[in-house]
Amino acid sequence: MRSSALVLPGGQAVRQRARTLSRARSGAVYYTAVAIVSVFFMGPFIWTVLSSLKDASEITTFPPTFLPRVLHFENYIYAWTKVPFLNFYINSLTVTVLAVVGQTASATLVAYGFARFRFPLRNVFFMLVLATLMVPWEVTIVPSFLLFRFLGWLDTLTPLIVPHWFGGGPFFIFLMRQFFLTIPRDFDEAAKIDGANSLQILWHVLVPLCRPAITSVAIFSFLFHWNAFIEPLIFLNSPEKFTISLGMRYFQTIPMEAGEPKDHLLMAGTIIMVVPCVALFFFAQRYFVRGIVLSGLKG
Amino acid sequence: MRSSSLADADDLLTSAIGGASMATLARPVALRRPSRAARREAIEGLLYISPFLLGFLIFTAYPMIASLYLSFTKYNILNPPTWIGLENYQEAFFNDEQFWNSLRRTGVFALLNVTLGILGSLGAALLLNQRFRGTTVFRTFFFLPSITPIIASALLWVWIYQPTIGLLNYLLGMIGIQGPAWLQSTSWAIPSVAIVSLWGTIGGTRMIIFLAALQAVPQEMYDAAHIDGAGAWRRFVSITLPLISPTMFFNVVLTIIGSLSVFSLAYIATGGGPNYATYFYVYHLYKNAFEFSRMGYAAAMAWLFFLLILVLTLVQFRFSNRWVYYAGADTHEEVKDAK
Repeated sequence: MRSSALVLPGGQAVRQRARTLSRARSGAVYYTAVAIVSVFFMGPFIWTVLSSLKDASEITTFPPTFLPRVLHFENYIYAWTKVPFLNFYINSLTVTVLAVVGQTASATLVAYGFARFRFPLRNVFFMLVLATLMVPWEVTIVPSFLLFRFLGWLDTLTPLIVPHWFGGGPFFIFLMRQFFLTIPRDFDEAAKIDGANSLQILWHVLVPLCRPAITSVAIFSFLFHWNAFIEPLIFLNSPEKFTISLGMRYFQTIPMEAGEPKDHLLMAGTIIMVVPCVALFFFAQRYFVRGIVLSGLKG
Repeated sequence: MRSSSLADADDLLTSAIGGASMATLARPVALRRPSRAARREAIEGLLYISPFLLGFLIFTAYPMIASLYLSFTKYNILNPPTWIGLENYQEAFFNDEQFWNSLRRTGVFALLNVTLGILGSLGAALLLNQRFRGTTVFRTFFFLPSITPIIASALLWVWIYQPTIGLLNYLLGMIGIQGPAWLQSTSWAIPSVAIVSLWGTIGGTRMIIFLAALQAVPQEMYDAAHIDGAGAWRRFVSITLPLISPTMFFNVVLTIIGSLSVFSLAYIATGGGPNYATYFYVYHLYKNAFEFSRMGYAAAMAWLFFLLILVLTLVQFRFSNRWVYYAGADTHEEVKDAK
């Protein structure tokens, strides 16, 4: 802007050069800013990976070394075997898979109901869906805990799974409904003329068209359950039932034999836990953005 | 088979005609006795949303009502609840100093987290919205912390914050600054937890939502303002901010609710310490419920928390018309769809 305001008698060539120069300068400013912000976001990961490859003595030296002197990949094996990581992984996978499937399916059904059918109090019920956004877990946790205790669900994986089969939560219902609303009703009507019932229309017509939205919901649901910390903390007691989040916490608090520092192993464990999330992100990057935009924009 | 397809044709016709007439004459049609097809549609629709209705009753409505009842009782799980009237509330307001202290700490945290979180996400989105190469790579960098499990972020930062051998104080030392003890310092503990929280949320969904809103601002408006001589700041204040204000509102409401709920980070990274410095409201609630078995008191705290969130949210909605600008609000889907 500043350069284009400069109208020099030199004419076209000078203005052109001024513009290129200013473009280059703003580029330099831009990339410096972005690089600093990137260091803030990525630095901790890099530092954790580097720490996880050092040995017990190197990790406590001061000043800290940046690159490990020797790469101790065996830390990952120690971390994996020091605590029953495999067991934690299996528990987390069980919870995540069952919860994701139930949550995605039920959010889709509920959203379909809101998007395609007329029934009394529909708008009231939809407001109710949105209102549950204002009820964070703390508000209902005490009676929920008592309810699960009464049902004998405490210290089992059930309370981490089953509640999510009932509607799937306001975000996902909202996201799926937004998506259904973008699909013209002509598709439904055509299938209806062919004699399809509403469930067949959903399954054969709408679900294939909604695959991107369903994938987004499934991915967010996966992250939510894989990363969940509070629910397992409250509902689980015995280490053999722990999910990976609780396992990490357990790892953090167990004393290490012979007074050896275990921070490098803890860092290795942290990386082991993060890997599935990062892998998922790289596999399905575009679904993240699309899903967020759908759920957020028309709020 | 034949009759069902006939019924479907009937269904289709009714909904086609009914739909058209409802769009033009909303009231008279609504008053008419519902047809068989409309009744069937209503039943089907209710069936589809029934998982939500059931879930709402079992996992939201019932717990909230039960919570309200429990909040007037003394209940330690082992013995049945005994009615004590308003005693829990009295204790919270007048006798439990941790009630107010934890609320104050939560307020300080929320203030930091909301202000810096919103500004940070908006700033990051503005950076990614520039027309330079490589923004997708940077978007990935910004986004990754937000999908990191909270336990992992906490552990990773505890390690960076280590006062003696941590990376942060080492780097500060290189430029001649004696860093504080971060999580182990009573005055720095809340900002330290806030930094971890900001690290994990600035580049996440909030930023992507801002980015999408920024990309929806028509370029012609900027061009026109540019011709009229508006500078970059002026364009931002007069065009960008008003046009993204609905998004801003949405983000602010949700960030406030999320910030007030801060618990896990403190639980993992500091255990509420040092000397209660990060002992937040929800931490106090958690301890009362699951460590001291004071379910009645915890239920009272939960209800007060809900009322706080409700009031804050309603106040924001009330004042939103002063600063939130809905462009073309009347073409919004809800209106078209509401019939």
